Amino acid sequence: MIALRRFLRTPEAVAGALILAALLAMALSASWFFPRDPQSIAGPALLRPFQDWTLPLGTDRLGRDVLAGLFHGARTSLAVGLAAAAGAILIGAVVGTLAGFAGGVADEILMRITDAFQTVPGFLLALAFVSVAGPSLATVIVAITLGAWTGPARIARAEVLSIRERDYVAGARVIGMHPLEIVFREILPNALPPVLALSSVIVAAAILTEAALSFLGLGDPNRVTWGGMIAEGRAVLRSAPYLSIIPGVALVLTVLGVYLAGEGLVETSAARRMNA
Amino acid sequence: MTTRLSINNLGVRYRRDGQEVEALKQVDLDVEAGECLGVIGESGSGKSTLALAIAGLLPGGTKIDGRIAWPGLGHAPLNGRDIGFVFQDPSASLNPVLTVGEQVAEVARTHLALTWREAFGLATDLLSRVRLPDPEAAARAYPHQLSGGQKQRVAIAAAIAARPSLLIADEATSALDTIVQAEIVALIRRLVAEDGMSLLFISHDIALAAQLADRIAVFRHGRLLETGETGELLRSPAHPYTRSLIEASLVSVEGE
Amino acid sequence: MTRALRLIRRRLIGSIAVLLIVIIGTFLLLEAAPGDAVDAYVVSVGGDASMIEELRRRWGLDQSAATRFAIYISSLARLDLGHSVAFSRPNLDVILERLPNTLLLMGSATALSFCLGTFLGIVAGSRPGSFRDRFLSIGSLALYAVPGFWLGLVLVVVFSVQLRWLPLGGIETIASGKTGAARALDMARHLVLPVASLGVIYLALYLRMMRAGMAEVWRMDFVLAARARGIARRRIVLRHVARNALLPLVTMLGLQSAAMLGGSVVIESVFSVPGLGRLAQEAVASRDTPLLLGIILVSAVLVILVNLAVDLLYAALDPRVGSSGEAA
Repeated sequence: MIALRRFLRTPEAVAGALILAALLAMALSASWFFPRDPQSIAGPALLRPFQDWTLPLGTDRLGRDVLAGLFHGARTSLAVGLAAAAGAILIGAVVGTLAGFAGGVADEILMRITDAFQTVPGFLLALAFVSVAGPSLATVIVAITLGAWTGPARIARAEVLSIRERDYVAGARVIGMHPLEIVFREILPNALPPVLALSSVIVAAAILTEAALSFLGLGDPNRVTWGGMIAEGRAVLRSAPYLSIIPGVALVLTVLGVYLAGEGLVETSAARRMNA
Repeated sequence: MTTRLSINNLGVRYRRDGQEVEALKQVDLDVEAGECLGVIGESGSGKSTLALAIAGLLPGGTKIDGRIAWPGLGHAPLNGRDIGFVFQDPSASLNPVLTVGEQVAEVARTHLALTWREAFGLATDLLSRVRLPDPEAAARAYPHQLSGGQKQRVAIAAAIAARPSLLIADEATSALDTIVQAEIVALIRRLVAEDGMSLLFISHDIALAAQLADRIAVFRHGRLLETGETGELLRSPAHPYTRSLIEASLVSVEGE
Repeated sequence: MTRALRLIRRRLIGSIAVLLIVIIGTFLLLEAAPGDAVDAYVVSVGGDASMIEELRRRWGLDQSAATRFAIYISSLARLDLGHSVAFSRPNLDVILERLPNTLLLMGSATALSFCLGTFLGIVAGSRPGSFRDRFLSIGSLALYAVPGFWLGLVLVVVFSVQLRWLPLGGIETIASGKTGAARALDMARHLVLPVASLGVIYLALYLRMMRAGMAEVWRMDFVLAARARGIARRRIVLRHVARNALLPLVTMLGLQSAAMLGGSVVIESVFSVPGLGRLAQEAVASRDTPLLLGIILVSAVLVILVNLAVDLLYAALDPRVGSSGEAA
């Protein structure tokens, strides 16, 4: 409760939380407000925003409702962003913890693999993966995860290296706990906080990568995505720039919301640590 | 004897964790020209706050009462020009990515209106004055290439580069081992005598301060307990706390 | 100088291992892709079933996976990245033809974002907590949230469509016949928007890192010591605080090179810059997996080289690098 109050004291964090709450509400209420398929024709083509209150943000080239697309797109952005970030943090934490705890050859191999994933541009890897595996929500999530787990892995490893010599780990060793049990019951939970502090950056990056992939036409073809909407609008950029600009603004606000809320959380937990 | 520095009714307060801390209370203290004044106290006694207050280095938001006057100076004291400051940890008080020559030379250049070439020349001379072996090479070295004692010699060279009239040594030997400590104390004594500087030697170790100081001031809980000529104070301390400090240091000397 | 040489040697050994892992990765992706090199060859050149059999045997594609991998490695060692179906030319030729444009784009974007980001970071970090510090901090966070490809479109709408100041896309005016300085100026005009779109997110990143780094260095003892020596504020800010805060940014310069190569894929597509990134998108569109994997390999080599250069730069800026062990 105190943490929440402290979190709400910084205006940036409140703004971030509000944006994220709005986004979540959009994603959850999309089918309720817009039960029709957002890819279906809703009105005349290229209707400008604020002309018709039943289609407040207008329509695209094919007469599809822009606002409905925005709501359904929020779903995709949020789902992909959260799933990819969760996957990246999970894989990264496990790889980093194992590397840090095992040491020696295993550590060397795992870290060279991490290096290799950091050497290949993540977006090119995602591109290759989606083009080989075919575009779908799941492959997009996996593709983004592939390029995002290395950061958490490095941080987890560094954290584990400092934790593994501490007393309670030595204690667990003395009472004969299985090494894997030590890793996952004693070390991983303690190595996680600094990794989680990075989560807002990872979620934001995942949302941006998803947008870029679908902008290039590699998103799930059966779903509305903001990146896809921006690409759609590009064809009529001269006559109807709003079609590209509106979903882009949604994207910017979303990512900004994630950053702001993330910074607020990190500051809150830092303040808590200091007072403890 | 003329008075170099005169402190009247000095009080220092600052806020920490929402609470007001009174670091110094009603301190009256003079430092004479050419005098070595030892300032003794445990950590938290306010002795380092005194040093920072004299050099105007207290963090923003600190409340300072009273007066610090420099009779005969004619202008507000300039750090580096009028006050030389040597800190406790020589590893932390030198910039790790600049050569030590540059860090001594920049003081000379700032205060003595020299060109960089002249300033570097002076820096090399200074490094030889503080007895660094091979001062030419030392000037080109980085801090991490020197030992703790050598780094403290560099810090002293930077402090005296512009020939200040007051040298403040704030626990300047506490981070060093005993042998190096004695060398640095000897170096400071020599430099102070050669340049006719006043010295404010701040230490928790009364025995060490007694080697250098003409006069000793004892601090506790932000207050000045007593001052006295060194021999006088050691022989007949007025305050029981001073006596306990002397006895504690005697025990530790005998113990070694 | 031996310090730098030791560093290079250690880096190179690590890089070879990394490159080998990347090659294994691309091989696995190649194996997973539908169709193989013979299919691709036959599509582009033509041939019947018996010829396909013959080719498969000759290229060792009927062998075990281990043999196929050995063949893959040995052809890579001969700098043979395979044949592009889409372009009917060797992959390496196509890639090398496009590489300079990408290097130009990335180099300009890196230079712009690093220099401007560092400068603004110093402006913000020289007075922590001041108005300009808070303004730049929030402004950079907002910029950090802007996807480059969308920013590119907005810039096109404003500067190319509305104001008509700058060209819509491409790397230079086609068949303009311009040479020398006129051609360079023409290319520079074409590069303004893509460089801005690619660089702005990194500008925000470097600004934020510099600002945070300076806030940390301000608290260090040697800054207090420099103030105690009466060093002018300007010199303290630049030579002591900024000089130390710059070091982590240089490291980031290497780490970001891979991300920036990825980012250039989308930016090059937006602005039709004929570079490596646009080639990657074309390879995806024409289902030319070997070409795409060739691009990935070349990118990995590029990232390794950039990191090597950054390591040397870092060693030049931080005298402590590589000297631990011998100094003690």
